[in-house]
Amino acid sequence: MARVIVVTSGKGGVGKTTTSAAIAMGLAKRGHKTAVIDFDVGLRNLDLIMGCERRVVYDFVNVINEEATLNQALIRDKNCNLLYILPASQTRDKDALTQEGVGRVLEELKKDFKYIVCDSPAGIEKGAHLAMYFADDAFVVTNPEVSSVRDSDRMLGLLSSKSRRAEQSEEPINEYLLLTRYAPERVKLGEMLSVDDVQDILSLHLLGVIPESKSVLNASNSGTPVILDEKSDAGQAYADIVARYLGEDVPHRFIDDKKGFFRNLFGGK
Amino acid sequence: MSQDLKKIAKSTVALEFKTSTFSVPVLMLTTDDFKLLEQQLTQKIKQAPEFFKNSPLVIDLQEVNRQGYLIDVVALVGLIRKSGLLIVGIRGGNVAQNKQSLELGIPVYMAPGRDSETETKNQIKTSIETSPIPAPVKPEKIEVTVPTTIITQPVRSGQRIYAAGDLVIMAQVSAGAEIIAEGNIHVYSTLRGRALAGVQGDIEARIFCFDLQAELISIAGNYKVSEDLSAAVRNKPVQIYLQDKSLIIKDIV
Repeated sequence: MARVIVVTSGKGGVGKTTTSAAIAMGLAKRGHKTAVIDFDVGLRNLDLIMGCERRVVYDFVNVINEEATLNQALIRDKNCNLLYILPASQTRDKDALTQEGVGRVLEELKKDFKYIVCDSPAGIEKGAHLAMYFADDAFVVTNPEVSSVRDSDRMLGLLSSKSRRAEQSEEPINEYLLLTRYAPERVKLGEMLSVDDVQDILSLHLLGVIPESKSVLNASNSGTPVILDEKSDAGQAYADIVARYLGEDVPHRFIDDKKGFFRNLFGGK
Repeated sequence: MSQDLKKIAKSTVALEFKTSTFSVPVLMLTTDDFKLLEQQLTQKIKQAPEFFKNSPLVIDLQEVNRQGYLIDVVALVGLIRKSGLLIVGIRGGNVAQNKQSLELGIPVYMAPGRDSETETKNQIKTSIETSPIPAPVKPEKIEVTVPTTIITQPVRSGQRIYAAGDLVIMAQVSAGAEIIAEGNIHVYSTLRGRALAGVQGDIEARIFCFDLQAELISIAGNYKVSEDLSAAVRNKPVQIYLQDKSLIIKDIV
């Protein structure tokens, strides 16, 4: 049975698109046929992160308006043939999305794909609402700072009240916390909320922590999802997250300050 | 058509007589002074107009007859009907009074433990009987039980919950969430949002929480914001109640 995953946050710039690209690639790399949809109509970014911006012909809005078929609009990823990208339209706005149209496209994708990752736009308006409305699982991307945490909390409230599963009184959406741009040394200095602080506020199952990493920016600029950079800490962190989501018991990493740990171990200053 | 009806009557049971017990107010009279009766009746009804509105009523003439007053039932019925009460019976009357009642279409009931026909004959004997005088109807408001609302999921930022009675929350209440109740509020976790109890003016309402970090607390419109909360009451289990129009926050012991 296909699962629809929404990557959401409420707040902008916390790493939704980076996360969408990474986990979609991770799931596909593990042999699951996966589609990733850019719901940020008018602010198309996913194609850049996935490195397929030069191959966009048709987009999500064309499919919704039945101006193109799904097969015409889906772009096969150059690194993994089990991964497909459905880009957003750059010339339209969120009003081009309709609940009926989005539902129809997702139903069609479900016939052929194991996982459908919906990259939500920021905010809680139409685009974000439709991205999460049909979801089975939600990855709530949060930065360790108060405004991001509050926006995530708001998003969690919407997931539990305004989604299809909530409206039809079905089993609720599985909600997972992804803490991104985490810097243990800054947590230590009291400049950043700790994992425990965030979990205390959100009381949510932690799927993983992505450390603040230069590799993320490099990956974005080069158009390859960071999960493919297996040497980088962020890439490994996303691989762990995919494994945990698929039910593997992988211990958490990147929560503690390693440098500090070694420094303590060797009796440094 | 009439044949059809007969067929139906033969084949199915159209009605059935059953016995049921009702609780109906009984009006005991002690005087035949109509002016006084009218005055006191109006006064009583004024105290609880909703209770008496269209209320069924049985008139008890036992006491007034025993005292030797002779009441004209027709006049009495006219007086009571004018006040909006619906007379469903009479008891304790003499033969003439019972006859008058039946002519007015009012059923005649037997006085408790006695046959009404013998009533007039044994008037003097009955004086020893202590007839139960119904307790005066208190003008208390009729209380309707409102069920308690129980929430087991976290109340997230931006969510709002209103309960017409008590509100019990088994999970945390996030900053930016609002929980509102006409009765008490219980939060068996951290309270970070706004909690407003007794919003319809119930000054007896209280707020209980396991960990007070609220943005705002209010009982019957008397409120405190986060800034007003001292460190002594924060981050621990407390109860909040109203005393002399000010909010008291105390440890739950």
